[in-house]
Amino acid sequence: MKKVLYRHLFSKVLGFSLLLFSVSFYAQEEASADAAAGGDPVKGKQLFNQNCAACHALDRKMTGPALANVESRLSEDEGLDKEWLYTWIKNSPGMIKAGDAYANKIYAEYNQAAMTAFPTLSDQDIDDILAYTAAPPPAPVVTAATATTDGTGASEGGISNEMILGALALVFGLLVIMLILVNNTLRRIAEANGVDLEKDKAEKGLPIWKAFVKNQFLVLVSAIFLLLASGYFAYGWMMQVGVDQGYAPVQPIHYSHKIHAGDNKIECKYCHSSARVSKTSGIPSLNVCMNCHKSIYEYKGNPEGPSAEDLANGYTNEFYTSEIKKLYKAVGWDEEEQRYTGESQPVQWVRVHNLPDFAYFNHSQHVSVAGIECQTCHGPVEEMEVVEQFAPLTMGWCINCHRETNVKMEGNEYYAAIHAELSKKYGVQELTAAMMGGLECGKCHY
Amino acid sequence: MASNKKYWKSEAELNPNDSIVETLRQNEFMEQIPVDEFLGDKENLSATTTNRRDFLKYVGFSTAAATVAACEGPVHKSIPYVVQPDNIVPGVANYYATTIADGFDFASILVKTREGRPIKIENNTDAKVNGSANARVQASVLSLYDSKRVQGPSQGGNPIDWKILDANVKAKLGNLKGSNRQIVLLTQTYASPSTDKLIAEFKAEYGDNVNHVVYDAISEDAALNAFEAAYSERALADYNFEKADLIVSFGADFLGDWQGGGYDSGYAKGRVPNHGKMSKHVQLEANMSLTGANADKRYPMTPTQQKIALAKLYSKLNGSNLGGGTSDVDAAVESVAAQIRKAGSKAVVVTGLNDIHAQTVVLAINKLLASEAFDAESPKYVRQGDSAKVNKLVTDMNAGRVGILIMDGVNPAYSLPNASEFIEGLGKVDVSVSFSFNNDETAQSSQFVAAASHYLESWGDAEFKKGQYSLTQPAIRELFDTRQIQTALLNWLGKDQSYYEYIKENWNTSLLQGGDWNQALQDGVFVPTAAEEETAAESVAESTEGDEAESIAPISAAVNSLVNSTSSGTELVLYSKVGMGDGKQANNPWLQEFPDPISRVSWDNYVTVSKADAENLELENYNVADGGLNGSYINLTVDGTVLNKVPVIIQPGQAPGTVGLSFGYGREAGMKAEMATGVNAFALYKNFSDVQSVSLEKASGDHEFACVQLHKTLMGRGDIIKETSLEIFNTKDHHEWNPMPHVSLNHQEIPVTSPDADLWEEFDRSIGHHFNLSIDLNACTGCGACVIACHAENNVPVVGKEEIRKSRDMHWLRIDRYYSSEETFEQDNEKKDGLEGLFGDQGTLGGLGQMEDASANPQVAFQPVMCQHCNHAPCETVCPVAATSHGRQGQNQMAYNRCVGTRYCANNCPYKVRRFNWFLYYDNDEFDFNMNNDLGKMVINPDVNVRSRGVMEKCSMCIQMTQKTILDAKRDGREVKDGEFQTACSAACSSGAMVFGDINDEHSKIAELKEDDRMYHLLEHVGTKPNVFYHVKVRNTNEA
Repeated sequence: MKKVLYRHLFSKVLGFSLLLFSVSFYAQEEASADAAAGGDPVKGKQLFNQNCAACHALDRKMTGPALANVESRLSEDEGLDKEWLYTWIKNSPGMIKAGDAYANKIYAEYNQAAMTAFPTLSDQDIDDILAYTAAPPPAPVVTAATATTDGTGASEGGISNEMILGALALVFGLLVIMLILVNNTLRRIAEANGVDLEKDKAEKGLPIWKAFVKNQFLVLVSAIFLLLASGYFAYGWMMQVGVDQGYAPVQPIHYSHKIHAGDNKIECKYCHSSARVSKTSGIPSLNVCMNCHKSIYEYKGNPEGPSAEDLANGYTNEFYTSEIKKLYKAVGWDEEEQRYTGESQPVQWVRVHNLPDFAYFNHSQHVSVAGIECQTCHGPVEEMEVVEQFAPLTMGWCINCHRETNVKMEGNEYYAAIHAELSKKYGVQELTAAMMGGLECGKCHY
Repeated sequence: MASNKKYWKSEAELNPNDSIVETLRQNEFMEQIPVDEFLGDKENLSATTTNRRDFLKYVGFSTAAATVAACEGPVHKSIPYVVQPDNIVPGVANYYATTIADGFDFASILVKTREGRPIKIENNTDAKVNGSANARVQASVLSLYDSKRVQGPSQGGNPIDWKILDANVKAKLGNLKGSNRQIVLLTQTYASPSTDKLIAEFKAEYGDNVNHVVYDAISEDAALNAFEAAYSERALADYNFEKADLIVSFGADFLGDWQGGGYDSGYAKGRVPNHGKMSKHVQLEANMSLTGANADKRYPMTPTQQKIALAKLYSKLNGSNLGGGTSDVDAAVESVAAQIRKAGSKAVVVTGLNDIHAQTVVLAINKLLASEAFDAESPKYVRQGDSAKVNKLVTDMNAGRVGILIMDGVNPAYSLPNASEFIEGLGKVDVSVSFSFNNDETAQSSQFVAAASHYLESWGDAEFKKGQYSLTQPAIRELFDTRQIQTALLNWLGKDQSYYEYIKENWNTSLLQGGDWNQALQDGVFVPTAAEEETAAESVAESTEGDEAESIAPISAAVNSLVNSTSSGTELVLYSKVGMGDGKQANNPWLQEFPDPISRVSWDNYVTVSKADAENLELENYNVADGGLNGSYINLTVDGTVLNKVPVIIQPGQAPGTVGLSFGYGREAGMKAEMATGVNAFALYKNFSDVQSVSLEKASGDHEFACVQLHKTLMGRGDIIKETSLEIFNTKDHHEWNPMPHVSLNHQEIPVTSPDADLWEEFDRSIGHHFNLSIDLNACTGCGACVIACHAENNVPVVGKEEIRKSRDMHWLRIDRYYSSEETFEQDNEKKDGLEGLFGDQGTLGGLGQMEDASANPQVAFQPVMCQHCNHAPCETVCPVAATSHGRQGQNQMAYNRCVGTRYCANNCPYKVRRFNWFLYYDNDEFDFNMNNDLGKMVINPDVNVRSRGVMEKCSMCIQMTQKTILDAKRDGREVKDGEFQTACSAACSSGAMVFGDINDEHSKIAELKEDDRMYHLLEHVGTKPNVFYHVKVRNTNEA
């Protein structure tokens, strides 16, 4: 408790000092940027993220060029003023058509991908954005600082734990030595007093195991008990053969469901779209990944930086970023040129959920028709850094759910007549899958 | 009680000095046991350091290791697309409309693809012409995955690049341009407007010496020539049998491959009694064909007799009489003529005689009758071969007049009677290029083999019938480095255009006439609206014209020639089988294993002989102890060509004095050894005439057939096939011709369907779906498309000839064929009922024995039998592990993973529809068919299990399809519409014989059919209450 408190205190102090430093730096920058562009970089950042970030970054080429200091660069290199930028942003296709030289050059350079026109942006908005591109608020410095502090804090905690353990071990060792010494002293005193210790032992009679062997009833009972117990455990062990609950293989790309489905709250069926219409949930094809990862080229993590646990596993921001690079390699995405090379290597994922071939399972039946949450069978995937098999996927498990789960019939024309008749037959309002014939062999085995 | 008696085993033992006795006393065996023979090299064995203990250690370790390893599941990889195509969702099938036009089969079809793999062929119900896939078309999807395909171009057997082939051909074409040596395109019938245009352009480019020879392996030359003479267009008249009340066929197997086939759905529609009326079908033929088997009245006649009968019929209809012929023929002609007169324009006459005179006369008769079923205005283009040109080509080749020969879709080195002459001529051609699918006979003797694409990998268009267009689109990219000839021609013409662009351009400019290309491609068929009106107007105009006077002179000559036709000796009638056709797909195991609808023999062709002739020649068929059918061999000699050791099937209904032999077998080149079956009948196909004078000679030895039906006749068992005549059907109550069997309860007769007669408690099936399958024996022609469709849908394995012979066939759906032992089935019943005593002709033993023999001209009935899905299933009660159980929806379900293979269920099944997996049929070199290689496995339907060894399997009533239909409805939140539920067989059935649906839906077709008077269950008296029901077969035996 003390240690933790201390660590917090330490990080606070460090963080505060860095903050002070950066704020003063920030203040200076802000002043100079304001002077240069007359825009508000904070507002500009917001606008930039809303309108531009899908295709532009500050410091690297994406669908469009890097925009850091774009205003000064244009005026210095090309001799184009702010007015040109206003027109370009508000109506770039018009400029291309009109035959503006630089506009056409840019258009050709970026694979003739026309920039969306933003006629709704006011000149002030554009000023704000340009202010931001000229001098971005240096927030990342702060996160970096926290990251370092966190890092040191964690390592410090590690050492202290070891020290506590070491001290405890030392105390125990001393205790043991003391006990031995006391024992020896007592023994010596006894010898000196002429007490015979061995004699007492001999008089004790039969050892307990011999007594046990002699008692045949006890032997019988324990033999039966042992057999039953071993039978029970053998049965349990054999029944789990082929049941891979908890199976969490290492995947060729470390894809974190926790980050995607948990932190970023991406809906499961956004990527596993075929679960809605097909028997397979479908492993998303790599072009689905690229919908987002075309612009998300690095992992920045949460503002506080990776947790101690993540760090212990090696899940640093650099690690995740390198996994994104693996995706680029597989899909054949050239980051520099911002285009596909056409050299792709399909990713060989390791299948986690393996149903045997003779069992037919249809995702759309469960997901679309029954409206079952993915988590019912797959567990809290949004919390899983590495996906593991949550359910046993045994027949008993399937059957059990079919027995207990009521079929969602409201609003589905298909069930209207069947529901009326079946509920009359069974005298219930809610019908389980079993009542609908969901336990018949042929429904899943053909 | 010791005895001093000495027992001895041989005299030698009594001799104390015998060394053998001494040895035997010491050792158990005279000689040392040849241990090294079964343990390998003795020296090696003694030299090894592994002793017995080590060996046991190894065994123990490996057993333990295997056990431990088995506890851990294998690692499965899942590899998604990098870029998933928009229209593919894994696990959901896509359908594409396309067209097969392989020169023999022409049909508009749908292709079912899964994850980009074509896995099944289905009928295109939008198509008005040839919209149904026959057994061969159904099976053609497997030919796509033929492991013996040519996988790239080659020159003299060495793989080359297409560029080299192109360069060689282009250079040669350039040389020949303007010279007097021929550039020959020898091709199949395309019936393709775009290909015709392309070839015309090719001709325009390379001059007059370009010669396009169209070659049909099985020629329809006579019909084409006759039609050309009468209507000045090289085409075939079309027939709509639905409109006919009377169909008279002189040897035309129009339910088979006659003139390109595709007539069965129209025919079947007219065959179902509707308001007391159905068409009547009279067949005069030599071989027992599928068509003859469906006829109401069948006259077995030799081709010569048919010609005479046809001539007489013509003159009778014209009011004159002709002499000649026998009294049998006269009687038949008399009867037929009377019926035709009565039917008038509702009658139609067709002929399959490959004789221009016969064809001319038939055209004249139909014109005379103004037959409604006859359509000469918009003829069919599915056969265009010109045998005279082919003959001339062979002569030209041998004379060195051909500079380059480009072949596509043909295999003349196999299918020409003078194949050796052709091959010789091929050697004298400067450059020969063969577009081949397999490394077949022609490919092997050509300089260049251009690997041809399968039609499922190709673009194309077709015009089966005038004004009826259809499109071929690829359902998969070329699996190998292959090309279709049109692509190559475009290349050789120097056009920088793909064939797709070429077709699209051609359609947009000339065919579509404002229609939408994408719509046409989606539908697979296209009929220009303008053309539709035009032809209708035309037909009205022309039918009123009538210019008979003009055509009388050639016809009288034709009639005279027909009536004077004579035969010398036995006539051999060559025909094509439903399963094999012209042999293009001989390497297709599904088709090889497909039992012929008539003979029920698979994996063979054979000579069909009438019983009378067989007795004369001392030929026999007999069943051996294991149930296999054996038959004698025969040598056939036609004009000096001999076919040795051809097996014989004694065929009831074969006209005496004729023998039959089917085409398509006897291919060897480019085939798997297992598929090289039968003999090549093309060797006897002299002058492209399917009737040949033949001399027969019995050969030694017996042939082992793989025949799936042991009993030929029905033997009066009226509870299997119920049938009646149209007269009785119209006049009497259905209790008379479709009686419900009764059983005795407390000496009271009660219907077997009564609950009192039931052993089981009835299960409530009134809620939800309850599936039934209806099979109309009147509409079923026995074509077998359903058998192959079932194969494809349900991953039914191919087991091979040996296993079939052991009755281990795996067909989930079989089509039983029954003959009557008397003239009719009715006489069978009477005879059976009249049996008395034990011996003699009227006795049970003697009488029944006689009934096992089919009559010389029997009635025939077809009955598709699959699992009957009994509500009270005998199989379910006996399964010790409850692997087979009943579903509420009426399906008898089979859980393969639960089955332990006791086969008790199969023994208890009264319908014998359960099939046992005696072996592992996939990944097994012993069964080297499609499931033994990665390519062939691509056809497997991923929604159905591939069964393993030791498991019972059977028809599931396509539960995967019904479940999918239900799920689709659930997902859309709607009720299932009538007609949505289908099984593979009902979907494949173009004749409408099989109808599937939910009988709990009162408004459905199936519910209506179930209430029909003709409805009966197979073996009703057993009380199994099947969910498959049949409709009584009604024969139109009314004489005029």
